[in-house]
Amino acid sequence: MKSDDPNIHWVEEPKLGLAGRMYAPLFLQGLSTISRHLVSKKVTVSYPEESPQIGNELIYRGVHRLNRDEQGRVKCVACFLCATACPAHCIDIVGVESPWSDREKYPESFTIDELRCIFCGMCEAACPVNAIELTSLYNLTGRSRQEMVFDKEKLLSVYDQTKDKEPMSSSELGGTL
Amino acid sequence: MAKVLVNDIEIEIGEDERLNGIEAAQRAGFEVPRFCWHPGLSVAASCRMCLLETGQRDPGTGEISMLPKLVPGCQTPAKDGTVFVTESERVHQARAQVEEALLINHPIDCPICDKAGECSLQDYHFQHGQLQRRADIQPFTSRRRPLGDTVTLFVDRCVMCTRCVRFCREISGTNELMVRDRGSKEEIDVFPGFPLENKMSGNVVDLCPVGALGDKDFLYSQRVWFMKNQPGVCDGCSTGCSIYIDENQDRIYRLRPRENPDVNSWWICDEGRYGFKHVHDERRQTQPIHREDGQDVNVQWSDVGSQLDRELRQADRLAALVSPHLTVEEAYLLIQYLRQIDPDVLLGLGPIPVVGKDEGFPGGFAIHAEKCPNRRGVEEVLKSGQGELLDFSQWLQRLESDLPDAVWISGGYKSDWIDEAQAESILRVPLVIVQDLFPSPLGQLATYRLPGAAFAERAGSYVNVNHHLQGFDWAIRPPVGVLTEGQLYWRLLGRSGLYDATEILAEISRDISYFSAAVPPLPAGGVDLTNNLVAGV
Repeated sequence: MKSDDPNIHWVEEPKLGLAGRMYAPLFLQGLSTISRHLVSKKVTVSYPEESPQIGNELIYRGVHRLNRDEQGRVKCVACFLCATACPAHCIDIVGVESPWSDREKYPESFTIDELRCIFCGMCEAACPVNAIELTSLYNLTGRSRQEMVFDKEKLLSVYDQTKDKEPMSSSELGGTL
Repeated sequence: MAKVLVNDIEIEIGEDERLNGIEAAQRAGFEVPRFCWHPGLSVAASCRMCLLETGQRDPGTGEISMLPKLVPGCQTPAKDGTVFVTESERVHQARAQVEEALLINHPIDCPICDKAGECSLQDYHFQHGQLQRRADIQPFTSRRRPLGDTVTLFVDRCVMCTRCVRFCREISGTNELMVRDRGSKEEIDVFPGFPLENKMSGNVVDLCPVGALGDKDFLYSQRVWFMKNQPGVCDGCSTGCSIYIDENQDRIYRLRPRENPDVNSWWICDEGRYGFKHVHDERRQTQPIHREDGQDVNVQWSDVGSQLDRELRQADRLAALVSPHLTVEEAYLLIQYLRQIDPDVLLGLGPIPVVGKDEGFPGGFAIHAEKCPNRRGVEEVLKSGQGELLDFSQWLQRLESDLPDAVWISGGYKSDWIDEAQAESILRVPLVIVQDLFPSPLGQLATYRLPGAAFAERAGSYVNVNHHLQGFDWAIRPPVGVLTEGQLYWRLLGRSGLYDATEILAEISRDISYFSAAVPPLPAGGVDLTNNLVAGV
């Protein structure tokens, strides 16, 4: 982009007032903010001895899961919309014809590189069948990079682990189904 | 010169041109949406998507009288004084209504439909459709059944444009497809016991404006928006059809025809369409190997150039077999290099694979028995280099009668091209250099076995059976360990940087009179070399 681009909106630096030009008032203002926080309630925790509190588990963006349908099959239809939306290119899908008569296409393989993921939640927003969701699990660790590439089975097992605590998104939460 | 008015823009139509409303609007810069009309097929005027307003301008007074009702643009001829209006409230409304009607029964399964992203129905919905669905039915899945070995029909996605039916009647001439039942129950189908199995069947998938016909080979493998469409030329036979090579991250997923009125119109055959599998074959050679005292030794490409150059310069008399799979530029470079070392190098044309007979179709399309893309081009380069043209058997005879010190073999064939006896007689030469795609009886025992490039990895130009030259750039990078022929020859000649086909073609067009029309930059459709063949005589 060049400096004469019409899309650039140029703004003037605001003029300093009397308080700004005199250093002391702002200095005192800063000191008072610090002292207020010194005495107020702490928001940090001593992780990992202490676990942080998660506000709303249903909208927290942690490890992904692949949901199952009523028959226990993977809900994903291999439309690649999450992979298309993903800004980090961490989703890799191989779609094939499904073995079930009521479904046309399903993912033969579905892997997410959790190390590459930036946990933006775009995959969840893009999914037309609410198959991929982010859970409230945040403390994921692994011994190798390879271990952090989650395959379909692992993502389904995350669902099995979290399905009772975090039900699939309903329309009240912005889900589409 | 006929003058036609489209949305107040006057365009001119040549005396021998016959345009319809859609084409006239296109010339004026307006896109008229359509499903059933295709420039290569007869007019059905059944989808009603191209409805527009038309009228006639009085040549004397200049007064315009419009027809009261909308007409389909595809079957309204553009004559002198014809007036078309494609962007009015009435036309827009008609398009929205047609789009809405088509979508009532159409399953909204775009996320799993392979056509999504290049679907006319989808695109037109965003351009001309209505925001809200008024119908209370929301079909989500489509019935599907195979029509033949290559094509699957998704019954409910069909908009009954009948392009595929007309294709089978007019272009392939095989009449397999038909429309079954009437009204809203209409379906595309094959006659019982007669599946869709003509040699051009894959074209119906490209013709289908929606996702009703799916290519079994491509189905579910990739979403279209991930792929880049690289223009290329098919190497399946000597027709040399213009194609698009659809690739993603150096992997080809499908080939599609590219419109070229001088070569293949809008079509390609199935053999060419699915003829890219060898590019990703695991048996492909990817390691340059030097055979010393019966032992294979892996060598590095960085050393191969100087090593070959040294050994070739030590040899006194050279021979070379130039493959019809090489581009014109590559053949030219190879010959230039070898003639630098030995001006009397024995040059021969590689074996020409011939399968079956030439085949013509009612639509004018032809599949040739000669299964290599560039026989004409290589022949002309050889003729200019050596004066006479030796085919494989003649070359082999000369080679046997007077054994040279070194021989360069360029391969690039998709399948076996040399038998053991032929290989044996070539292997009597002390230094044998073979650059080929796959292992062969000759390559296994050659002094140097070099991996070569496939058609999509090459850059250059091919001359087809009708002396039509088409240039193309590489579509994918070769696998790790493969150096394209062009780049190797370029390096051997001591040229710096990367192989540049256009630079070579410019040299060739100056050097060889046959190629004098092929002055870069070439048009997308290529150039006809016969024009100056006549002039040269």
